[in-house]
Amino acid sequence: MLGRAANDLFWLARYIERAENIARLIEVGYRLVLLPRVGDSFHKEWQSTLESAGCLQAYTNRHGALDTAKVIDFMLFDTANPSSIATCLAAARQNGRAQRTALTRDMWQSLNGSWLEFSAIKPSSVTSNSLPELLDWVRSRSALYRGALMNTILRNDTFYFSQIGTFIERADSTSRILDVKYYHLLPSTEMVGTGSDNIQWSAILRSVSAHRSYRWVFKDSYKPWKIADYLILNRQMPRSLRSCYDELTVALNDLGQLYGQRHPCHATAEATRDLLIEADIKAIFQEGLHEFVQGFIGRNNKLGCDISQAYHFTG
Amino acid sequence: MAVSFDEMNGFGGGLRAPYAEFAGWLGVQRIEALSLKSSEAETLFRRSGITFAVYGDEDKSERLIPFDILPRIIAAAEWRRLEAGIEQRVKALNAFMYDIYHRQEILKAGRIPEELVVQNKAFVPEMVGVDPPRGIYSHIVGIDIVRTGEDDFMVLEDNTRTPSGVSYMLENRETMLHLFPDLFARNRVRPVDEYADCLLKTLESVAPQYLATEPVIALLTPGPFNSAYFEHSFLADQMGVELVESHDLVVVDGELRMKTTEGLKRVDVLYRRVDDDFLDPLVFRPDSLLGVPGLFDAYRAGRVTIVNAPGAGIADDKAIYSYIPEIIEFYTGRAPLLANVETYNCRDDDDLKYVLEHLPELVVKEVHGSGGYGMLVGPSATKDEIEAFRAKLIANPSNYIAQPTLALSTCPTLCDGLVGPRHLDLRPFVLVGDKVRLVPGGLTRVALKRGSLVVNSSQGGGTKDTWVLQD
Repeated sequence: MLGRAANDLFWLARYIERAENIARLIEVGYRLVLLPRVGDSFHKEWQSTLESAGCLQAYTNRHGALDTAKVIDFMLFDTANPSSIATCLAAARQNGRAQRTALTRDMWQSLNGSWLEFSAIKPSSVTSNSLPELLDWVRSRSALYRGALMNTILRNDTFYFSQIGTFIERADSTSRILDVKYYHLLPSTEMVGTGSDNIQWSAILRSVSAHRSYRWVFKDSYKPWKIADYLILNRQMPRSLRSCYDELTVALNDLGQLYGQRHPCHATAEATRDLLIEADIKAIFQEGLHEFVQGFIGRNNKLGCDISQAYHFTG
Repeated sequence: MAVSFDEMNGFGGGLRAPYAEFAGWLGVQRIEALSLKSSEAETLFRRSGITFAVYGDEDKSERLIPFDILPRIIAAAEWRRLEAGIEQRVKALNAFMYDIYHRQEILKAGRIPEELVVQNKAFVPEMVGVDPPRGIYSHIVGIDIVRTGEDDFMVLEDNTRTPSGVSYMLENRETMLHLFPDLFARNRVRPVDEYADCLLKTLESVAPQYLATEPVIALLTPGPFNSAYFEHSFLADQMGVELVESHDLVVVDGELRMKTTEGLKRVDVLYRRVDDDFLDPLVFRPDSLLGVPGLFDAYRAGRVTIVNAPGAGIADDKAIYSYIPEIIEFYTGRAPLLANVETYNCRDDDDLKYVLEHLPELVVKEVHGSGGYGMLVGPSATKDEIEAFRAKLIANPSNYIAQPTLALSTCPTLCDGLVGPRHLDLRPFVLVGDKVRLVPGGLTRVALKRGSLVVNSSQGGGTKDTWVLQD
């Protein structure tokens, strides 16, 4: 496979995953903003949402003050925003078109269909009533693409690079949500966890579609350290950092086997996975959650670079 | 203008045999049902992503080439005739190119004016003395054929550089099989789906001779913004070969290699869908950043085969076109089986005089133009358009050729909720390698505007499925 093709497939998967994560973030932010509350505390919601999506600075440059309609438009439709859903779907489709030969018909049709349908939506036609439906649609299109990938693609490098892109993006997203939202909720390292914060805790879990599964796993009310444990170390939770790294090491090992060669990226991924296996949530809190998560984001980025280098993404 | 020959009804003398079964079917179709099928076809095309970009289009969105659901049908005997004529023609064209890039016998014999070849923009001096495998220059040829009567087939144009459109031949058939399976049960239509297989065999057959291993083949595309990108990816996919852009390629130790996830890998046959100018900046366009530096040297050394060969454009130059009957006789010793269209070379004073006097009746084309751009169709042009063209013609006569306006044959076509006759042509795709391969079919292009004779997709033309019947 061409190095350029691997790069395109890697980013195609990342954009699809990103569109889904952004949709979830908007959904949660919007839900919180709608709650009755005092003063302009909605600012804090949108600020943390934009920060989690990694586009607070870009938003401020473009619109200045926070405004619900503008934030939603920016995250959904603004093609100047490199992480908007419009940008993600267009970039995913562009990469897919460049690698048309690597995709199955089902994958291409879901990709092309998502882009065609989304392009046909007029931003002015999205009302507060239709927003949830639109966000659901984005998530279902991402699910459709992943489903087509899982069900139709050969288990070869096309599949492995898609998996790698998906899980690097997912790990990045989960760690950012954890860092930003948790940080806003928990100004000190004290475990407050009073009843009034319940909605906020559930929002973090909703951002990763885990508010119900949490109950199944812990059979307990929301507790900050349990939520952190769940999102970082739990191997059953499909969006946890641990899960992402389980999937990443599998895909990288398969790739190593297919090509008959291992690279530094294999060691990078395994070291991070080992760290997640051995870590203990108490120790993480003692050292500082923020520091831990920042360290993780750095490692995750490094893995992306190592993979790009090992497989000649840029020639 | 004279009455046109209709593929289904001839000159009005009753239903023609190849259409007998189809006409029976068409006669009982409700127009609403046909229109519904037509929009279903459009949905299928859009979903599979068969789109093309039109140059000069304001919004750069991708468009579909309109597809007409009523097929064009060719009888077995007609096809045999075309087949023989096409094979003769592509063999002669390749023999011609071998000659002019080697001993130039045909020029020495005075059968073609020497300056017309060696001073031609399409003649590539760097190719002189180069020996491509099997002596083939144009491996994939699209021959544009028009019809004006029961037995009157003529070649309007040869496309010997990088002909496109074959993906439409294949996808049109897929769509028709999906929409009208019953029609295929009632007509003995020869399949076209072995094209990709034939193309792969052709490419393999012209690999460098010294290879002891299976040749590695790659298809070179200008990239996703090219109007024919769909076709490039479609063909690469059908053959199972890599689709590469020039920056994926590099020449190392005299070998062409592509940059893969496992490092550099040798390429033996490069099916290029880019123009000569963008092959190798060291040879063709020093100012260009596009292309693969050193590719031409690797080619000249026989380390890689470029398909079609650089310089193959000399054979489809419009100024050379009128000499093709001579060329066929010179290299095959036989008269051409397929006729040319009568052509006036405006570089010739007598021809120019005639053309200027008869502009309203003629079709005038630029020698190096293509895609229906920069041409004058006399009978449908306004007085002002004709006068403007006259000025261009006088300013630079050798840039133009002219041909009589042909009454292209018509075929029933569904347009605006009605079935009516529309003019069309035919482009079969011929493959030349260890042998000549011709898939029974081709791209039928149809002018959707009533009375229009311009079938190019860039000028609002559409396509039809092309059926070649079995005996």
